[in-house]
Amino acid sequence: MPTDTAKTVTVFSRPKSLTDVRFTYCPGCHHGIITRIIGQVLDELGIQERTVGIAPVGCSVFAYLWYRCDALQVAHGRASAVATGVKRARPDLVVFSYQGDGDFASIGTAESIHAANRGENITVIFVNNQIYGMTGGEMAPTTLVAQKTITSPDGRDPKTCGYPIRFSEIIAQLDAPVYVTRQALYDTRRILDCTQAIRKAFQNQVEGKGYSLVEILSTCPTNWHMTPVESNRHVAEVVTKVFPLGDLVNRG
Amino acid sequence: MSDRLLLRGNEVIAEAAIRAGCQCYFAYPITPQGELVEHMARRMPALGRTFIQAESEVAAINMVYGASAAGVRTMTSSSSPGISLKLEGISYIAGSNLPAVIVNVVRGGPGLGNIAPAQSDYFQATKGGGHGDYHMIVLGPSTVPEAGELTALAFELADRYRTPVMILADGLLGQMMEAVELPEPIDPATLPEKPWATTGARGRDPNIVLSFDLAPENLKRMNLELQAKYDAIRAAEIRYETADVDDADLVVVAYGTIARIAKTVVRMARDEGLRVGLFRPITLWPFPYDALRELAGRVRTVLTVEMSAGQMWEDVRLAVAERAGTPFYGEMGGVVPTPREILSEVRKHAH
Repeated sequence: MPTDTAKTVTVFSRPKSLTDVRFTYCPGCHHGIITRIIGQVLDELGIQERTVGIAPVGCSVFAYLWYRCDALQVAHGRASAVATGVKRARPDLVVFSYQGDGDFASIGTAESIHAANRGENITVIFVNNQIYGMTGGEMAPTTLVAQKTITSPDGRDPKTCGYPIRFSEIIAQLDAPVYVTRQALYDTRRILDCTQAIRKAFQNQVEGKGYSLVEILSTCPTNWHMTPVESNRHVAEVVTKVFPLGDLVNRG
Repeated sequence: MSDRLLLRGNEVIAEAAIRAGCQCYFAYPITPQGELVEHMARRMPALGRTFIQAESEVAAINMVYGASAAGVRTMTSSSSPGISLKLEGISYIAGSNLPAVIVNVVRGGPGLGNIAPAQSDYFQATKGGGHGDYHMIVLGPSTVPEAGELTALAFELADRYRTPVMILADGLLGQMMEAVELPEPIDPATLPEKPWATTGARGRDPNIVLSFDLAPENLKRMNLELQAKYDAIRAAEIRYETADVDDADLVVVAYGTIARIAKTVVRMARDEGLRVGLFRPITLWPFPYDALRELAGRVRTVLTVEMSAGQMWEDVRLAVAERAGTPFYGEMGGVVPTPREILSEVRKHAH
């Protein structure tokens, strides 16, 4: 019961940069957290009105719905090339692409590497959940060895399918990128770290420093056939062994 | 005052694009349109505009997608195999109602083919090529000066209808030098605003550029809007040229480089007393069906000549609808027919 001494203090609210449209993501998936963090960072930096988002093909195909920003929905894998076009046409805009592991590290390999190598002054959010979620759980380039998917039903066999690709490490070999980092969201500490990283990746662009890439290890409880809690533990205990967290390039 | 310059077709297209206010150009090198990329690499940065040698044709067309969405005039160019790679992006550009200019300096195909002139990408250009129910406006220049004029027109039509427009040239046109007068440059800042562009949602609701809707009834509506636009283009933008058709028994139908050769053939045939005329489609999409049908009712024979196995010939037969004979003469593989070779075909059918 409220009393006349009680005060309402807002400790948490929806970022202004997000719309009221409900997310389409499955329960326990980290896409929702990432979307919120981006919205929060756009608010903090005060750049919502000059930000343009590039939505990919995959689970985040609807990303253009979540932000109160101009946005483009583009062809599978081409988001970094489209972001290049937008940014070069209007350098005053803040341009970010939001891409899954299939989009960024498989079908978009060429576009991803060359946008980074040109040092495009853009921000790339690369969501790595080691599976194709939208199409029903197929193997991704990042799928772990022995991980079962519907297209690797006996587990990923490196003899025929190779190994999970550490794409951020490939990008980190290039001279142009100013910031390449891998983050996760399986606990509060990681969420705060990831928020810092995303903020830095946008701040770099605002300051005209150049290409920033934030890879985020995400979960797919639906296609991993795990509960959200099991999924978080899997990222912490298994996935981070293959995809170590931390900064790979920090020339800021 | 406009300058009179001696330039290659490829250079004329590039310079005409710059003068039309093209602010972003993206391309991947391929013969026989190399001079176009070279010209842009030299001129665009000097003007403070964007030139990117993209990592692939796929990347180049998607950079066009981004720049167009951001509201600037933008172009890419290539030749046949490279255009095949761009088709995904062209479908997205059409589906997203974005203006863009795409130049195809056609070479011999299929596959790697060769680098000699051809017209074997007509189907690809006019019948879709990429997936979905879309068209682009396709302009077929016949001379180097006309390549410049149609490039300027391409940017106008692209913006007016928010649609991709293709310049369908060929290797001969790209490489040939002619004297041209280029128009005065347009200052991009004076071009009309594009209120739909993704320029930042400042004081307005967000602009979203997409070709996507999961609900069939919504996607159907988007398709109906596209089709309505195509109807408007068909009603207003059909262009063609005729020569010596008033008393003709036989009309040659040809576009691009072949139409130019056919003009010589018409003169040679007339010198022999044959009543021969020329019908030259300038817009290949929309094709001038009605004008050709009307003309076909007044002649005995409509002879199609192309550097292909008979691609435009299908549209000619659709237009003529058996009102006249519709023989075909074509060359393939980069072989350009001589006036004498075409004349001997004309002689076969003119009596």
